[in-house]
Amino acid sequence: MPESRQHQSVPFAISLDPGSSLANKTGSWRTEVPKYVDRMPPCNHACPAGENIQQWLSSAEEAGYEAAWRQIMADNPFPAVMGRVCYRPCETACNRAVLDEAVGINSVERFLGDEAIAQNWSIESAVAPTGKRVLVVGAGPSGLSAAYHLRLLGHEVTVRDSAKAAGGMMRYGIPRYRLPRDVVDAEIQRIVDLGVRLELGTAVTELAGPLDEFDAVFLAVGAHIGRRAEIPAGDSARILDAVSLLSGLEEGERPLLGRRVAVYGGGNTAMDVARTARRLGATDAVVIYRRTEDRMPAHPIEVTEALEEGVRMRWLSTITAADAGRITIEKMRLDATGFPQPTGEFEELDTDTVVLALGQSSDLTLLAGVPGVTVTDGVVEVGANLMTGRPGLFAGGDMVPDERTVTVAVGHGKKAARNIDAWLRGTSFERPPRHAPATFDRLNTWYFSDAPATVRPRLESARRITTFDEVTGGLDESTALFEARRCMSCGNCLECDNCFGVCPDNAVIKLGDGRYEIDLDFCKGCGLCAAECPSGAIEMFPERS
Amino acid sequence: MGQQRIRFYQTGSFVVGNRLLDPDQRSVQSDTRRTNSLNSGHRACRGCGEALGARYVLDAVMRATGHQMVAVNATGCLEVFSTPYPETSWQIPWLHSLFGNAPAVATGVASALRAKGRRDVRVVGQGGDGGTVDIGLACLSGMFERNDDVLYICYDNGGYMNTGVQRSGATPHGAATTTTPAVGPDPGNSFGQGKSLPLIAMAHRIPYVATATVADLRDLEYKATRAMEFRGARYLHVLVPCPLGWRTGPHETIRVARLATETGMFPVFEAVDGEVVGVTKIRRRLPVTEYLRPQGRFAHLFGETPRSDIIGKLQAEADRTVRTFGLVDPEEVS
Ligand SMILES: Cc1cc2nc3c(=O)[nH]c(=O)nc-3n(C[C@H](O)[C@H](O)[C@H](O)COP(=O)(O)OP(=O)(O)OC[C@H]3O[C@@H](n4cnc5c(N)ncnc54)[C@H](O)[C@@H]3O)c2cc1C
Ligand SMILES: Cc1ncc(C[n+]2csc(CCOP(=O)(O)OP(=O)(O)O)c2C)c(N)n1
Ligand code: SF4
Ligand code: SF4
Ligand code: SF4
Repeated sequence: MPESRQHQSVPFAISLDPGSSLANKTGSWRTEVPKYVDRMPPCNHACPAGENIQQWLSSAEEAGYEAAWRQIMADNPFPAVMGRVCYRPCETACNRAVLDEAVGINSVERFLGDEAIAQNWSIESAVAPTGKRVLVVGAGPSGLSAAYHLRLLGHEVTVRDSAKAAGGMMRYGIPRYRLPRDVVDAEIQRIVDLGVRLELGTAVTELAGPLDEFDAVFLAVGAHIGRRAEIPAGDSARILDAVSLLSGLEEGERPLLGRRVAVYGGGNTAMDVARTARRLGATDAVVIYRRTEDRMPAHPIEVTEALEEGVRMRWLSTITAADAGRITIEKMRLDATGFPQPTGEFEELDTDTVVLALGQSSDLTLLAGVPGVTVTDGVVEVGANLMTGRPGLFAGGDMVPDERTVTVAVGHGKKAARNIDAWLRGTSFERPPRHAPATFDRLNTWYFSDAPATVRPRLESARRITTFDEVTGGLDESTALFEARRCMSCGNCLECDNCFGVCPDNAVIKLGDGRYEIDLDFCKGCGLCAAECPSGAIEMFPERS
Repeated sequence: MGQQRIRFYQTGSFVVGNRLLDPDQRSVQSDTRRTNSLNSGHRACRGCGEALGARYVLDAVMRATGHQMVAVNATGCLEVFSTPYPETSWQIPWLHSLFGNAPAVATGVASALRAKGRRDVRVVGQGGDGGTVDIGLACLSGMFERNDDVLYICYDNGGYMNTGVQRSGATPHGAATTTTPAVGPDPGNSFGQGKSLPLIAMAHRIPYVATATVADLRDLEYKATRAMEFRGARYLHVLVPCPLGWRTGPHETIRVARLATETGMFPVFEAVDGEVVGVTKIRRRLPVTEYLRPQGRFAHLFGETPRSDIIGKLQAEADRTVRTFGLVDPEEVS
């Protein structure tokens, strides 16, 4: 008899045991049986780094911030960076958006990341050294993520980077007003403290040597060469490229931009450069983009923030000529397929500098002479395990075909590490099968209180354009807790006791620590527990005869 | 309203428990040491609302009285499914009376306890809506009038369910039962008949009258507990959907109870000394069709030629209930 069924004391004048209805096993009435399940929450499913978001939010809800942070760190060594620059596909997918507004997953992540830095939490590897040596080329998010995970798996890891400091585009691309460098430093230092060897200012120019010297090599050299456009330009026209401008700034250069800056392109880099230009003193920063606003690859929030900072947008426009102090713009129109077509209408614009932000390509010269490696459209082809055609040579991040974001790069790092580890051990990595999705229709949202999302504080625009201070602030503890607690724990038990309470037959046994069990001797299979579980963590299955 | 809702962002105060709440703020039902007044093995149908409601109320009363309670039970499903001789599901002192005299028997038990000087032991009487609203009403009214120290609980499933779903004075208008079949020009239960026992109880000016449903556990437990703070006659009317009589799926019991309140078909309120002192506002108001459509006893309203006239009358009743009790905030009234 389970403990919960034992009576503490039989009330006065009652002798239950003989003749108790417990003798009547109503479980035999059942045609369906309830089972506790774990389903894949859409947030987790959408996270390019594969974070177990529902799980860490659950710890955060209990103010278990360190446990929450460690749960993130199992997948992603950059919570504080993520909390600032990730484009939040998790929030786009979040079920709570259907009810009111998405959970501010990213704000909570930032709170946890910052808390870890403030509290100096660190990570140690519990795995015995394997004696295997791996070289990582490129200390951007992808390379560092791979190094971190490989180190956790017990391998000896060296990271080489041509730059003076580690971080890749986190340091040399994304401006400080979005990602302060002390945050980048702190999260990288933690990886170094774990025992990853960092060799900076060391360009890797060929791979034959390293492939001999190391047991495996992971390439994550990113995409740093600004694409050029064929603009007929006079000798004295001042044309710069966005990535060089941003990385130069990081090295202490102060580019001469003048007061009127035209930025050519419509992606995030264009926004960053235009906003940077404003901060460097440009009174007029105009983004010139060939299509319409809704087709801009830039993230809407970045467009909004740029507009707030006084950046102007010229949609449906292209630059046809550049000269000293002025450019010529041609108006465009979109054809039926959404492709921009010239209209023959021209206009002139006074401009001191043109900054090209038309995308980046990778410098892959180090791959010359490596047999088996295929480069298509400027990116390296890899298999599902991120290995190139050359056994033992893996690649990820911006240099392989995928979305180019920090989070995707970090996800590649983790995936590469797992596959490299398997390869070094002579096995192959099998991704565990994903749970069935926890879709919105499976939830019983009645049980969730109405709770509007918490917004992060932001610097007012007057202050923004004069400094490189961080624009977006973080949540404090109470708001972070509020936000974490908006999570509906899609598809996973949140320990609300509803099943324990709503069963008319007392057939749910509460074991404590978030565990429940169905007493099949008495469960009649009514399905109330499943229907009233807020999170959709119980399912009814046909009874086996 | 006297009840303080715990503002808990993730799951509100709507769920049974919450791992993030202090144990003393959790519901009685979330406690592993709850009495389980009505234990497993009872013979109620799958998903029975009455079995659920009885455990909810009696466990709360047990906690409120420090486990000093005697229950008297009229004949009806609750008695029949819980106590087929020699088995019983009750884990509390429990007496079975006749169909129509539970209030009188409860009064007698209360008198006996008073004679013995046992003011600590409290008495509850309970029955279905048939036993309460119809055949036990005379002695219940007497109990109210004398202000006997009894809490009487009516489990309203809208019919004489135990003997095969006959109409009672609490059956909703338009509903099909075996005695009000869905035939003829005015199918189902006739309009203009039936009664609201909570209002009748209030007219007796007894200390405490309240309504509740199995869909809002916190509210139900609050009312059962609050009722025990008074001495004298008290009345608690609990809506308990019946999958058999309402012809709903066994898993829908709580959902239809919730829909009854959200459509304004069942007002949830409490009254002290005959005066309404609190109502549970409708959270997301819905048209009555949302409540009616899932139930087989209203299926004839949604046939090939939908009976929009009858639905319209039911909607008008719900609208009136919403107005009478102020179930939505003024700015939300359309
Ligand atoms: C201006 C700008 C803003 C961006 N903003 C965001 C944002 O807000 N959010 C977001 O998710 N993404 C953003 N991105 C994209 C994101 O930065 C990249 O997708 C990501 O950094 C790619 O990571 P990676 O590790 O593949 O490459 P990188 O970060 O580019 O790192 C590659 C590293 O390899 C090194 N390297 C290159 N060649 C060699 C060599 N031969 N030998 C040794 N070392 C070498 C480089 O020095 C560099 O450190 C932005 C990009 C830019 C340009
Ligand atoms: C005086 C008398 N008449 C009729 C019956 C038969 N009978 C037993 S239970 C019941 C119906 C009870 O209905 P209700 O009180 O609404 O309770 P429910 O079963 O619906 O919970 C009837 C009519 C009886 N036991 N005694
Ligand atoms: S509500 Fe929580 S578990 Fe569900 S998708 Fe959003 S963050 Fe994930
Ligand atoms: S009802 Fe609550 S406690 Fe039960 S499984 Fe669902 S979330 Fe967990
Ligand atoms: S509520 Fe109880 S009886 Fe119904 S299916 Fe769940 S465990 Fe079984």
